[in-house]
Amino acid sequence: MKTDLTRRQFLKITGSGLAIAVATTSTGFRLLNAAELEKTDTAFRPNVWLEVLPDNTVMVTVNKSEMGQGIYTSLPMIVADELDADWKNIRMEVAPAGDAYKDPEWGSQSTGGSSSIRHMFEPLRRAGAAAREMLLVAAARQWEVAVKECAVEMGKVRHIRSNRMLTYGQLTKEAANLEVPQNPLLKKESQFRYVGKEIPRLDMLAKVNGSAQFGIDSFVPGMLYAAIARPPAYGADLVSYNKESAQAVAGVHAVVPVHSGIAVCADSIEAAWKGREALKPDWQNAKYPHLSTESLAKEFVGRFETKGIMARNDGDVSKAFASGSQKIESVYLLPYLSHGTMEPMNCTVQVRGDGCDIWAPTQNQSGVLALAVQITGLKPEQIHVHTTFLGGGFGRRFERDFVEEALLLSLSTGKPVKLVWKREEDIQNDFYRPMNATRIQASLDSDGNVTAWSHKIVCPSIFARVFPQMMKNGIDNAAVEGVENLEYEIPNVAVEYVRFDSAVPVGFWRSVGSSHNAFTVESFVDELAFAAKKDPLEFRLGLLKNHPRARKVLEVAAEQAGWSKPLTRGQARGIAYHFSFGSYVAEVAEVSVDKNSGTIKVHQATCAVDCGPTVNPAIIKAQMMGGLTMGLSAALKEKIEIANGGIKSENFSDYELLRMSEAPDVDVHIVKSNEKLGGIGEPGVPPIAPAVANAVFRATGARVRQLPMKPETVLTAMRTP
Amino acid sequence: MISLEINGKIYEVNVASDVPLLWVIREHLQLTGTKYGCGIGMCGSCTVHINGKAERSCQTPVGTVQGKKITTIEGLPENHPVKQAWIKEQVPQCGYCQPGQIMQAASLLAEDPHPSEAKIIQHMNGNLCRCGTYPKIKSAIRLASAGGAK
Repeated sequence: MKTDLTRRQFLKITGSGLAIAVATTSTGFRLLNAAELEKTDTAFRPNVWLEVLPDNTVMVTVNKSEMGQGIYTSLPMIVADELDADWKNIRMEVAPAGDAYKDPEWGSQSTGGSSSIRHMFEPLRRAGAAAREMLLVAAARQWEVAVKECAVEMGKVRHIRSNRMLTYGQLTKEAANLEVPQNPLLKKESQFRYVGKEIPRLDMLAKVNGSAQFGIDSFVPGMLYAAIARPPAYGADLVSYNKESAQAVAGVHAVVPVHSGIAVCADSIEAAWKGREALKPDWQNAKYPHLSTESLAKEFVGRFETKGIMARNDGDVSKAFASGSQKIESVYLLPYLSHGTMEPMNCTVQVRGDGCDIWAPTQNQSGVLALAVQITGLKPEQIHVHTTFLGGGFGRRFERDFVEEALLLSLSTGKPVKLVWKREEDIQNDFYRPMNATRIQASLDSDGNVTAWSHKIVCPSIFARVFPQMMKNGIDNAAVEGVENLEYEIPNVAVEYVRFDSAVPVGFWRSVGSSHNAFTVESFVDELAFAAKKDPLEFRLGLLKNHPRARKVLEVAAEQAGWSKPLTRGQARGIAYHFSFGSYVAEVAEVSVDKNSGTIKVHQATCAVDCGPTVNPAIIKAQMMGGLTMGLSAALKEKIEIANGGIKSENFSDYELLRMSEAPDVDVHIVKSNEKLGGIGEPGVPPIAPAVANAVFRATGARVRQLPMKPETVLTAMRTP
Repeated sequence: MISLEINGKIYEVNVASDVPLLWVIREHLQLTGTKYGCGIGMCGSCTVHINGKAERSCQTPVGTVQGKKITTIEGLPENHPVKQAWIKEQVPQCGYCQPGQIMQAASLLAEDPHPSEAKIIQHMNGNLCRCGTYPKIKSAIRLASAGGAK
């Protein structure tokens, strides 16, 4: 896969190929070809690039990062379908960073929020459809027949009566000179050739034979390897370090202090790492020496007494509590989590006097470009961001910290620099999923109806650092998503947010607030069902009378999991549903618990998803399976430990991820609907943790209100009356 | 000078004998299919074959493998049943851990062409996948074990 398509190259192919770009304007999308683009150079910012070349190749430029979600296949499928191209002629290339490749909805080039297909579906369809109509007109002109006598099929135009054929490649030159239709006729769903089908992934072979180039696989002649020694605690001062010892290591070229620590630059990775070992830095004065997992738990729970900001306030919760017959209250505590991308943070940079190349596994091309402009003083057009494959992203690679370090080191050494973080650096220098404490109170009337839900969450803010402009009245939507939009039909609902930022930095972690709020909400709903003496599924359905999509996924998941069927002795099922990123997902877990050790075994998981129209069902199923599995990893195993003012967890030895022996088979069912397109990268994550906790309750009678559900936590819950 | 036989080819590398084989393979020789994941043998991303057996190259000092046959993902034939099964089952998501998974699975099938479910899990349990492709890895191994037909 090529990675470069410059504007100049785009314009150069005008003579031979047909190229369509889509620009976003205040009045909607505007389609244009290369010739028009040249004329309207500054007025339009085209976001989508499609070329049909004389050899019949259709090149789709993808402006989104591939980190597992199959976007290098799904986006080209959309173009190919409207174009009616032959799939075997479809190629894709990765867009460099630039204004031309910005996401039209966000106005930035970045990948996140399960939005790639949601944002790109319409512009890509229009681009494909416009090119298709131009090719049709070109053929009709060549044959001197009416356009309506011609039809497209699989990369060719056919004159129906005479059965004459021309391939798209033969028509590109003629078509390129035509005016671009602004409102091309889009296909009906029944006409889709690729969309909705399980097309094999275009990146599959490269990912199987080892040739897929990730960030860590970047090489530049003459580059130095960099390794950074970092403080063990937040805010610690560097008192001394042994520069000479590091410089004495064969192969070490430079020892460079940077804002995040001390960097050793060497001609091999082993020399850089050995040099770092030799630094033996002395860090003193940790800024928060008493910060620990335990101290934070106290702080978070203590903040329940602090008055927060109301994110939602329906009806009159206090009044309802005064008249309810039964009041239930629960407190939940969730830890900080690391992203644990299998590819550690890394970046390779070459800063020259006249330009700069950056090879980065990034979710944030616009951010990387802006950072490079700021650090190097070069112009945006002098900077080339090469987006590699990402060995996992999950939100971590939206951050630019690793890019910043590589840029500074290349600038200060005057050489290309490849920076590779050790796993320990990766785990200890993350922007973690926020720890949070949640207290929920509810009242039930004598018939078991929920009359009030009062929800208080103590949680750090992600947006205050990343997108401060998106804070609303002091509320970080990431902290309350999945709660402030609670769908359960309860007359009195209050949601209160207490912002508490500790020293531990927080960031977007796959499914963000939903990943923790689904646990508290869906666990508590289960507690209410128990209090009301109702079946957890029936209880939910009863509270979702006006939410047909939520009902449907719950019903499908339950039915497919055999909700009402008996299980092997000792096993139990739990169910949960959540709406996030435009999609409804319900999951059922079938578990058993070893009563002596407290170990949870998840035997089987079932998932039902309604994400509206489907582009590639195989990829949707894979994302649900993967999201559920990552959610289960967090639910059962993951917790960042903090001690002495810093991160104590180091590697996969003490920050354990789910392994094959712990991963259930996942049965995914897509619930078709004609609703708006929903996301698929994240929504599979949230429901599994509560589904498991709810199953554990049914198996043991013990309610686990802390994550992760490690054996000792489960045992404690089992011993708590 | 260290002399290594990798994928049937002899390489002479000027490195100290205690350097992990992983760095020699991927950073010195630029056979980058073999990945760095944890550096402590806990994730399996760096798995290669040494004399046909799956080993963690991050835990293998390069000096200890002179005279042995090393195979990396690049050296596993494209028509290898495990690679074919991985494509047929569309296993990878981000793909980063997959070369290690494939090398681990290939050594299992070389040793036991028809492993039980329990044996598959036991053999593969040291290989982490953050994207959660485990169910597909299992079905791809079963597919390869059945000679490509399930």
